[in-house]
Order: sequence, then structure tokens, then C-alpha cells
Amino acid sequence: MKVNWFKFAAPANFYPVAGWLVSVFAVLAAAAILIGLYWGFFETPSVLGGTNPQKEYYRIIFIHVPAAWMSMWLYLVLAGWCAIGLVFNTRLSYMMAAAVAPTGAIFTFLALWTGALWGRPSWGTYWDWDPRLTSELILFFLYLGYIALHSAIDDTRRADKAAALLAIVGLICVPVIFWSINCPDPTQCAALHQRSSLSQMESNILSSMLIMAFGFWMYSFAAAFARLRGIILEREADTAWVQELATKEARR
Amino acid sequence: MRPRTKRLLFVGLAIGGVGVAATLAITALQSNISYFFSPSQVIAAEAPTDRVFRIGGMVEEGSIARQPDGLTVLFSVTDNAERVQVSYTGILPDLFGADQGVVARGRLGQDGVFYAEEVLAKHDESYMPPEVAATLKTAQTDTPTTAVATQ
Repeated sequence: MKVNWFKFAAPANFYPVAGWLVSVFAVLAAAAILIGLYWGFFETPSVLGGTNPQKEYYRIIFIHVPAAWMSMWLYLVLAGWCAIGLVFNTRLSYMMAAAVAPTGAIFTFLALWTGALWGRPSWGTYWDWDPRLTSELILFFLYLGYIALHSAIDDTRRADKAAALLAIVGLICVPVIFWSINCPDPTQCAALHQRSSLSQMESNILSSMLIMAFGFWMYSFAAAFARLRGIILEREADTAWVQELATKEARR
Repeated sequence: MRPRTKRLLFVGLAIGGVGVAATLAITALQSNISYFFSPSQVIAAEAPTDRVFRIGGMVEEGSIARQPDGLTVLFSVTDNAERVQVSYTGILPDLFGADQGVVARGRLGQDGVFYAEEVLAKHDESYMPPEVAATLKTAQTDTPTTAVATQ
């Protein structure tokens, strides 16, 4: 059977698919986050040793690191949909971008906030103008800027294009965050963050962190598709299929 | 050229330009940030004497000395070439310890001692329970001999 995938680029055809996807991803997200939190709290060592002797508070990484990963990844997704929208003029791509932005902003805030709570006991400060912290804060403002610019312009199509350009220019932040600390010598490092290495993590800690990252990823899908359904209805309110849907809902 | 190809080219160029800018920014970040001075720079009198600055390095093994008042701590920061004596009054972060990375903010006194107002500790990429970390350490010290034996 040959499926015409381009059919789903039409909001009217994607709306029911999105509804189905929301429930699938929501279940996956809940399961992964529950397993990840249980594993992270009960199956991992309670203190660390060696050169990095953190106490119980190290468990914040199960939320902090996945949230920071998602904040960067969702920005790439956002900019990707914006680029597709600019090139192909597809309405659904812009709607996808607009649906992803709030989730990305939430994860960026979560990464900064949990980082501050962790930084106080371990480093000795809530905040410092370290390159990674600073660029992550700028990423947060970029998400807010995208959302604000989009809602500041009344004409939706112009809002889509202007906000898309901002998102693409803001892409500069993502590689800067990712590579802001690749300094091998701790006496020369101009940052409080150190380079990370997954191979130097105990396997239980690594597993729970990766499961949490998977759960956050699934949550992002669920949240973005749920938001997308709202955006589709709002923008297509004048079309026949939305009117039909509304009368059907009213009759029920 | 079709309008779609034109737009594709435009977006492609924009993303390419952003990539170049990001590369330049990262290169600048890695070479140019004067986030702190090293002990060698302080000894060579490159650090300011009249205002607050940061000093960074490793806490020297065996140099941590708690003063009789119970709150003041003296320790040496080293970059494996020079060392600077640091005095700090207050609560130290949890990760502060011998042979750990540290960044202190404060002023250099007339006596050559650095009087810190804030001491920040660094963490590293190792997330291992104490017993595994201990075995890894012995394994590391063992490696040179075994490596020679197998070669």
C-alpha cells in the first residue's frame, strides 16, 4: 500500500493524527519518567567519590542534564520547522514551530533553575557568568523573544515569517552552549562547568539519566502535538471542516 | 530560478552564516576569556593590585589550614608552577577540597596573600560511587607497568 505522506501536511488531515499521537507519547513519557525517577532515587549510589565527591544533591542531574539537552534539541527542531516553513511556505510547519517554542522555553528555564539549586551546595553560588550559564540564559531569552515577536504581530503569516527569521539567527546560541567548555586542563579552564564524558559515569546513574532524557523527549512530543491541535483549530476556525467538527461536538 | 529555490538558497545561506559566526564565537571563548588569573600571572604581577579579580587553579594538597577562630581558612592555589596563599572567612562549598579546582574572587593584599570574598569549587565529569572511584585510582596507578608488560 502506498501512503501519500504529503496528505498529512494539510492541517485538516493532521489534526486527528495529532490527537492520536498525543495519547501515545503521553503514556510513553509518563512511563519513562516514572522508571527514570525510581531508578535515579533508589538504584543509584547515595554519594559520589573520587575527584568529584558530591553528596545526595548530585541526583539533580537526572532532571538538569536531560532538561538542558532538550532545551538545545528543541531549539534545533524549532529552527528546523521555521526553515522548512520559509522555504516551502507550508502552514503546518509554522504551526509546529509555534507549538514547540513554549516547551523549549520551559525546559530551558528548568535547566537554569535546577542548575542554580545544584550550584549553590556544590560550587558555592546560585549563578555565575560562566560561558555555558550565560549562553543558556540567552537561549531562554531567544525562546521568549520568538514567542513575544510572534504574538506581537497581528497578521499570522507575517508573524510566522518574522519570528522564523529570529529563530534562525538565534541558532548561533546552540553550538556555543554545546562547545563552550571543551577545555581539558582544569587549571586553565575559563568555566565552572567541566567537559562531560558519559563513559566516566556509573552505569546506574547514566541509565536513569538517559531514561529521563527519553521521557522528557516523549513529553515534548505529547505537549507539542497537544498545543498544535489548539493552534490548528484557532487558525482554521473559518474553514468548513472545523465548523463541522464544532457542530458535531455541540450535538454530543 | 524558481522562487522556492531562491528561498531555499536564502535560508541555507542564513544558516551557513550563523554557523560561521558560532565557530568564531566558540574560538574566541576558548582563547580569550580572562575569567580568572592563574597563580603564575599573580606572581608575575600581571593581576591588578587595586581592584577585585579572580584567581583560579587547584587547591594544593596538604595546604588547607583552619584558623583558631573556626571560620577562617588558609590554603594555597597552584597551577603546578607557582602558588598563591589564599585566606577566606566563611562557609566553603561542598566540593572544596585538596587537589580540587577552585576559583576565588577577592583582592591581593600588601603581604602577598589573596583575601577572598567568595570561593567557588569546580566539579568534573566523573560520576562514580566512592568504592569504584578508589579501584579506578589503583587501576590507573597500575596501568604503566601492565601496559609495558603487554606491549
